[in-house]
Formats: sequence, structure tokens, C-alpha cells
Amino acid sequence: MLTYAIKRLFGAIPTLLILVTIAFFLIRLAPGGPFDDEREIPAEIKANLERVYHLDEPLIQQFGRYVLALAQGDFGPSFKYKDYTVTELIWGGFPVSLRIGGIAILLAIAIGAGLGTLAALRQNSRLDYTVMGFAMTGIAIPNFVMAPLLTLVLGVHLKLLPAGGWGGGAVRNMILPIVALALPHIAYISRLMRGSMVEVLRSNYIRTARAKGLPERLTILRHALRAALLPVVSYLGPATAGIITGSVVIEQIFGIPGIGRYFVQGALNRDYTLVLGVVVFYGVLIVLFNLLVDLLYGLLDPKVRYD
Amino acid sequence: MMTFSRALMRVSLAAAVAAGTLTLAVPLDAATLHRGNGAEPETLDPQKSTGVPEAHIARDTFEGLVAEAADGKLIPGVAERWDIAEDGTTYTFHLRRNAKWSNGDPVTAQDFVYSYRRILDPKTASKYAFMLWPLKNGEAVNKGQVADLAQIGATAKDEHTLVLTLERPTPYLIGSLAHKSAYPVSRKAIEAHGDRWTRPGNFVGNGAYVLREWTPQSHIKLVKSPTYHGAAGVKIDEVMFYPTEDIAAEYKRYRAGELDMTNEIPPDQIEAARAATPAETKISPYFGTYYFAFNVTAAPFKDNVKLRQALSLAIDREMLTERVTRAGEVPAYSWVPPGTANYQNVYAPAKDMKQAERDALAKKLFAESGAPKGLEVEFLYNTHDLHRRIAIAVASIWDEKLGVKIKLVNKEWKVYLDDSSEKKFQMRRAGWIGDYNDANTFVELLKSDIGKQNPAGWANAKYDELMRKATAMTNLAERAKVMSEAERIMLEEAPIAPIYYYVKKSMVKPHVKGWVANVMDVHPTRWLSIEK
Repeated sequence: MLTYAIKRLFGAIPTLLILVTIAFFLIRLAPGGPFDDEREIPAEIKANLERVYHLDEPLIQQFGRYVLALAQGDFGPSFKYKDYTVTELIWGGFPVSLRIGGIAILLAIAIGAGLGTLAALRQNSRLDYTVMGFAMTGIAIPNFVMAPLLTLVLGVHLKLLPAGGWGGGAVRNMILPIVALALPHIAYISRLMRGSMVEVLRSNYIRTARAKGLPERLTILRHALRAALLPVVSYLGPATAGIITGSVVIEQIFGIPGIGRYFVQGALNRDYTLVLGVVVFYGVLIVLFNLLVDLLYGLLDPKVRYD
Repeated sequence: MMTFSRALMRVSLAAAVAAGTLTLAVPLDAATLHRGNGAEPETLDPQKSTGVPEAHIARDTFEGLVAEAADGKLIPGVAERWDIAEDGTTYTFHLRRNAKWSNGDPVTAQDFVYSYRRILDPKTASKYAFMLWPLKNGEAVNKGQVADLAQIGATAKDEHTLVLTLERPTPYLIGSLAHKSAYPVSRKAIEAHGDRWTRPGNFVGNGAYVLREWTPQSHIKLVKSPTYHGAAGVKIDEVMFYPTEDIAAEYKRYRAGELDMTNEIPPDQIEAARAATPAETKISPYFGTYYFAFNVTAAPFKDNVKLRQALSLAIDREMLTERVTRAGEVPAYSWVPPGTANYQNVYAPAKDMKQAERDALAKKLFAESGAPKGLEVEFLYNTHDLHRRIAIAVASIWDEKLGVKIKLVNKEWKVYLDDSSEKKFQMRRAGWIGDYNDANTFVELLKSDIGKQNPAGWANAKYDELMRKATAMTNLAERAKVMSEAERIMLEEAPIAPIYYYVKKSMVKPHVKGWVANVMDVHPTRWLSIEK
């Protein structure tokens, strides 16, 4: 399994290189540049700026410069946030996104898998319909509606929780963003879980287990759950990479200093290095989590082996 | 099976409810001011930043030769007083002896010399370096034509006497010296820490407050500087600046009591805010004009004054401000907003007409312009709800009154800027907020030699000549007349159609005292206090 993992990681290098290349040239295709503003600056001043940031060099030379620096772990300076390097911005924001996103996804797995199993066990009961109705609503209501609603009700009217702000990572500042982040995932996971659990429960080996007289609790926990989790696990790979790299909606509404906003703001500001930085970072996470999912499959599914 | 299901249900519910038990909001500390500040600052280096959020912070952490009172009026800052030579090209500033940096060092004339050389040095790559171009050789050094920084017209006669020599008389110099680009920066901090000098711990300023914490996208915390010369009068101990890009979220945080002041009010909440909290809802004239620009370098607006006039006249500005923008904006019939310093306002004749008269004149001019019935024109705006609503309203007005068909084109901000600059548009919306309180910040924009910055690509020899004349004048009243004459010519030629003067909308809690509305929207924390 270890050799498999190492092989996969080395195999990811060309993938990432292609990603960097496409992202680098794609963002340059967008009209406008990092130093354009309503107050258009004199050409000579723009030239000063471009010289300092090497934007006056031929594009291919800039690309070479970027890839060389990247190979040494240097993401370059941010064009917009001039006091920081891209590395500093990412490492400053990632712990926040990781904390919020990590807790949200764990919460989503626990509640989603639990509710899904419950609904499957009581298929077509009132409970099943309630849970699935809730799940459908959760999927259908987007974050940018749910988050302001939560702040309005719990923050402004009931004054139970802060309506926004990070507060240095205080628990009470994290609750609403975590809930808002987790809700759609809870909904999705519970639907996935219910579907696969219903299918698994009809399979021969579950019937065998029941026929042997195995207690229901053991049948579910030891046999059904493992198999039923497989589709959830494949969903979790990209979902986790996505959720721990932050959400621009959640971050702006709650005023959270994560890295999600850099994807959007970086692109809107034509902050080339910042966009590339978060894209590469996200790419690496996707590769890692997909690998993790495959390794987990090996543990959960006896039919999968990596030797 | 029942017991297991029940157990599962209990676990799921427990996890979901856990959040609800950890609650209770903490009340605000009386000595701390919490300010919503718009966007995350690009940089805290006053010589490298350009935006308004940065200006609010720099106003608290630095002090220039001149400073701003609570009402925005210019008052002595580090300079106690100054003398202006007869010909208007030499300014001698006498610096106060008790001005100190936050590290305890005195602020000297040499500090200003260093700072002005730094901002003009091409290697600093400062966007707003042009603010110091009036200094002798300032422009030449910044453009790389003169390499020797010592040639810049800023010299220290002694520790407390700074002499600025200018290329030519610049009547608005004092006003522009209150801009953050003219603040002094600490040589010691910059030489010790390089680009990292604006970090907490490294930071040295000379303002009423000093930087204590900076978490990007979360907050900036300033604390009162004990070395500031006016520290005895500073009442608030700590200032928190929060980036509040989402204005709806900012407004909620204000209502929840987490912010004492907001940067904006969401347009759809203004009426509710006015009804519920009239004393806290601050809406006042702002130093800017919302306008449409016609691209006069191409058909159909090239060499067709009558067509431009007709379209401008037909716009029912009163209806737009009353029904569409709805925040107390004032219909604009001039480019320079009323109340601008060193100026005599002039207005287009349409100001004194009724809309019916304007419409009749518009129809007449349109017929004379030779434009075909059913003329089709593209209207460019950057993607934004308010711009879209204004564009839709005006498009229907034009269609109804003149039969002009408008094709709305919305583009993302940077693309819009690029199209505007390259004159890849027929007509567009735009806005202009003045940089310093002098008419020059508006009228210079329409000079033909200002380059791509000219919003309409307009060139008029008479206008340019008047502007050149104004630049060389030292008598402010005479200069005002000349600039007014230039604006009058421009309004008649109508390369742009002013729509309304901006208003500044913000919320201020009643316990914040000393807040005074002003056209530049400057509110230094040193003048504020919290009384609960």
C-alpha cells in the first residue's frame, strides 16, 4: 500500500504542472491587469509597477520565473495585498478554513450518515419522509440564503450568537459558519447514505447474517455500514478538499479570514500570483484526498487490494 | 432494532443541538471603537496604498504636514504654520517640536525629505506618486528622467524647517498634502524591516494610534499612541477596523451591536434604517459625481454635440434619484460637485428648466442632430445592481422620448475598466470621487493631455488653454473663475452627462460622539469619543 501511495504521489507531479500551466496562461487572457483602477495611473507609474513585479518581461519568461520559484515553494508576492506574500496569505488563512471546514465535514458525516441509516432502517415511514424532506430542503437552499438567515435570526434578533466576525477563533464565532457550511453536506450525505444502505440491506450477506441470528445492532455496524459507506467515501474526497479550502460566501457573510475568498477576489483583482497560489494549493489537496479515498476503499471494501 | 434506531437518533440529534448550548454575545468594551471599513486594506504603507479603506486607517496611524479636523477642514498637522512665497512656488513649513514617532524619535524635516524622495523613487513603484509631482523635479524623477533623488524640491533647512519648491504655482498643494501619499514614513522602520515594516511590532507611525494587531481579512487593531503630540485629547483607547466587503453582513453586525460605525448602508435597507433609527442613519453629500460618458472618438457621438445634448437633456434626473437610487442623491447638472473648495460652481442651463421643457428641447436637438430614428446605442456598465437599474430606467426613457434603442452591456469590473480606457464603448456609466478638496481633481480629468484617463476621449483646445492658464495662477478667486469658464465650455459640449452627486451612507451608534458629516468623509478617530 505504501509503494502504491508513493507511486501515486509522484504521478501527481505532471498533473500539477499541467494545472499550473493552464491556470497561468488562462488568467493572463482575462482583460485588464492588477494595477488597473478607476483612477487610471500615468503610464510611467504603471511602468514602474510592472518593472518591480516583472510584468514587463515576455510572458514565457514570467512563466519560467514562476515555475522555478514554485519548485522552491515560493508562491511570489501578492499584487493586491502588497504587504504579504502569497505563501503568507495562504498559511495565514488555511488554518482557519481547515478548522471551520474540518469540523463542518465531520459534523456532516456523523449527522448525515446517522440520519441516512435511520431513514433506511425505517424505509417509507414518517421518519424517513421527514429526514428526506429535510435533506431535500438542505440541498435546495443555497448557502447565500441560509447564512444570512441564520445571522438575522440568531445574531440580530435573538442575539444568541455573534452576527459575524472571527473573534480570534472563539467558539461562539465558529458555530454559525460551521452550521451553514455543514447543512448542505449533511443533506447530501444523508441521501447518499440512505440510498446505499437500502441497497445493502437487501443483499444476500445481510440476509445470511440475520438468518444466523446475529443481533441487529451488530449486523448493521459490522456488515451493512462498511459497505454502505463506500459511495459516501467517494463523495468525501473532493468534498473535504473543497470545504477545507473555504467558501467565499461563508467567509464574506461571517467575516472569516479563510482562504476561500482568495479564489474569487484574486481572480477579480487580477492578482495573478494569488490566484495561481490557491489553485496549486487546491490541486495538491485534491490529489491528496483522492489518494486518501482510494486507500480508504482498500480498508472498507474487501474486493479492493493495492499490493 | 428499535433500540438501535433510537440510539442513532439520539446521537444525531445531540450533535445537531450541541451548537445551541454554547452561546451568549459579549458586550462591547467602552474604550474600544469598532469600525466597519469596507475592503481589506491593500497595504498599510501610506505611500503604496490607493483606496479609501486604507485612508481611514492611515489617518489614524500617520499625520502629514497638514491634518483634518472633525469636519474635514484642513488644520495644521506636523507643521505648526507655513509661509508661501510671493510667486507661489516656495513653501516653508515650520514643524512642531513635540511631534514624535511611535518609537519616541522626533519627527523632523529630514523625515519628510526622505519620505518624499521615497515615494517619487521609481523603485518604490507608488501608484499615487503623481500627488507629489508638483514638487520641483518630482515628475522627472518619478518618470526616470532624473536619477538623482536629491534634485527633488524638498529640503530640510534645519530639523524643524522644511522647504518645498515647486515646478509651478500649485494652489491646491496644501490640500493635497493632507492626502496619505504625503504622510511621512519612518526611515528607521523601513531600513530595518524592508517590506515587512508595516507588520505589528515593526510598525512605526506618527499618528494618534499605532498598529497592534493585523489579521488579514479579520481585523486591524490600533491602540492609542502615547508619543503623539495630541495624545492628551485622544479619548478612545483602541480602534478595531473590520473588512466589511459584504454590506448586508456589515449592516447586520451593526444591528447586532458588534460595530459602532458602518462603512455603508445596503440600498434596500435605507428606508427601513431611516424609519427605525433616524438619528443613526447618516446620509450626507459626498465628494463625487455619478455620470455617463459618451465616446466622442467614434460614431455616433463623434462631432455630434446635439445628439449628446439631446440624450443628456432627456434623462429625468429627479425621477432617477427619487425612484431608483432613493438615498437622497442630488440630481447633477454640473461636473464639479457643489461645495468644492477654491471654486465657483457653474451649471448646465437645464438645471433651471422643468423636465417637460428639457424633453421638448431634447426632441428638437435630436431631430437637428441628423441621428436616424431608432438609433441603436450600446451602453456599458460594470456588473452591479444599482448600475443595472439606472441603465434600465434611462434606456426606457430614451426609447420613449427619442426612440433611441439601448443595448445594455455589463462587464466585470476589470474588463469594464479596460474597455473604458481603450474607448471600446459607445456610452458608459462612471463615477468620480475627488482625491483632495479642490476643483482641480475634477476639471483636470477632461484635459486632452491627461491621456486615457479622459473619460470620453474628449479634446477641446479652449478647455486645455483655460486649464493651462489656471495651473499658473496664484490668485485663488481668479483661478476659480477660469476653471468655471472651462467647465461651462465642457458642459455645453456635453462629452459627459452628469447624473447625480454621490451621497455617503453610513450608520453611527448614538454613543459615538464627535462624528461630523463632511463632504470628504474623513472621520479621524482622534476626534471621536464613546459615551454610554
